[in-house]
Amino acid sequence: MITLREKLTSYAVLGPFAIVLAFPFYWMLWTSFKSDIDLYNVNDVPFGFGKGSPTTRNYGFLFHHTEYLTWVRNTVLVGVVVVVITLALALPAGYALARLAGRWGQSLGVGIFLTYLVPPTLLFLPMSWVIAHIGLQDRLLSLILVFPSFTVPFATWLLMGFFKTIPAELEDAALVDGASRLQTLLRVVFPISVPGILTAVIFSFSLVLNDFVYALAFITTSHSKTISTGVFTELIRGDVFFWQGLMAATLIPTIPLALLYNVFLNRFIAGFTGGAFR
Amino acid sequence: MVAVAEARPRGRGRELIEGRAFLASVLIGPAVVFILALVGGPLVLSIYLSLTNATGGALGGHWVGLHNFTDAWSDPNFRRSLRNTLLFTIVSQAIVLVCAGLIAHALTRPVRGRWILRLLILLPWAAPVPLSTIGWLWIYDSLFSVVNWTLVHDLFPGHHAFYLYKVVNWLPLPFGDIQPFNPPQWLGNSTLALAAVISVHAWRLIPFAVVIFLAGLASIPAEVEDAAKIDGARGFRKFLHVTLPLQLPIATVALLFGIVFTATDLTVVYILTGGGPFNSTQMLTTWAYTTGIRSGSLGEGAAISLYLLPLLVVVAVLMLRFARRVEVS
Repeated sequence: MITLREKLTSYAVLGPFAIVLAFPFYWMLWTSFKSDIDLYNVNDVPFGFGKGSPTTRNYGFLFHHTEYLTWVRNTVLVGVVVVVITLALALPAGYALARLAGRWGQSLGVGIFLTYLVPPTLLFLPMSWVIAHIGLQDRLLSLILVFPSFTVPFATWLLMGFFKTIPAELEDAALVDGASRLQTLLRVVFPISVPGILTAVIFSFSLVLNDFVYALAFITTSHSKTISTGVFTELIRGDVFFWQGLMAATLIPTIPLALLYNVFLNRFIAGFTGGAFR
Repeated sequence: MVAVAEARPRGRGRELIEGRAFLASVLIGPAVVFILALVGGPLVLSIYLSLTNATGGALGGHWVGLHNFTDAWSDPNFRRSLRNTLLFTIVSQAIVLVCAGLIAHALTRPVRGRWILRLLILLPWAAPVPLSTIGWLWIYDSLFSVVNWTLVHDLFPGHHAFYLYKVVNWLPLPFGDIQPFNPPQWLGNSTLALAAVISVHAWRLIPFAVVIFLAGLASIPAEVEDAAKIDGARGFRKFLHVTLPLQLPIATVALLFGIVFTATDLTVVYILTGGGPFNSTQMLTTWAYTTGIRSGSLGEGAAISLYLLPLLVVVAVLMLRFARRVEVS
């Protein structure tokens, strides 16, 4: 049981922080529905809606008069292919590191994880040199090739953490019953790791959305861009800002992602910290 | 796991262990080769490029030794980038640790409406940084900044005129007083732009630190809590003598992540200020981008970004040490 005082302290801490941390999203949401007259009128209180607001015109403009939907499609395409490559490499590796590799598996796991700390900002110059050499500039293929360099170490670590939380006795029982290792893997291990695998998928996909450096360095033509650079480099031009559309463009990918994060948060913590920090 | 493997009867052991070792290398091999090729390869290439005068146009380059490193070092813009990288990292991480500590501690209590508070607090982490930073660009806009609106407008119209900027002007802040008819240019003034960048870095990393802290708090055994309660420890004393020592290793892990994420980030500064005004907010990453891609001096750009490497090595070593300590305790 917790006392009333503890309860009130919790609210007193969490309330203000929640307001400050979430304020930008409230502001983006309101801005995205405002009319020009309302947005650029500094005399009205800006936190509500004024003349001509709320309106969905900004969303209409974003979808029909910009290349936003092309960038969304590019992002999804790159994201899906990268996630498939990531799972193909990280799933077996994560499992083997958790189960089969024994003592040196632990060190190798930590080693793979440390490569996740080598940042794209250190690697983008040599990468762009390579991309230029093999003639992949302005092609989505360049991103598909390079993104697994951070999703694979991350996902391997996460999946290793998950597989460690599944009791080994379960597999031993199947093995004793005469199943082969592959059968055990397919029929026993993977079905119960589906939530863990989904977590790896979501967080790998969000790493793709979070990349800015590679997309900025490799891709310059508008129709090959992804959301992360397209919105910033194409929708902001000189001094002509189109704030309502910009805010709509930033919110659309954010909202589903935020909901998924919340649903999968506990599994993320289990996997991320299950590897070693436990 | 190791214990289970050793406890197996020795009879069928040999064959099985050999099978395991083979299977393990088949399963791990592709990932390791892939990572070596896509992380190790470029890292080595980066070191090679930094020792040549390779350019974006020609791609080829001649060996110039450490020239790029010394050349970068003697550039005042580089010095400022280095200083800013350290400044942004240290200040934002100090803010992150304090705030995240408070939030995580409060979030462990089962209060009504906790899930919605958690959702709101975690939002900045879930949002893709290249997009959410554009939201901040609008918040810090030169003409329509909502921060400035709130500062200089009468918040309680009517009899009790209340202006927030008057309160702010009482505080001892490192920049001058706020003038209501010439409100602060958050991204246009060198000092304010530093503060703006730091605020966004802290904002996006607080939720991540909260998540790591929550994992740490959850790992404190219930017996410890009970024992502390029996001994009459509560409130701040309990925090100081029970929670803090147990939290310290995982807090360090969160801090090390935060250091890497801030020091090596390009997105926030690039979108907010582009390094400006007058290069006052350049970081090593943005300066490397400007030199390597914009100016096309691939070699020198690589050298600038390699100045991050010592920091990363230190963090990696500390991470290994603390990961082990967390495991032991």
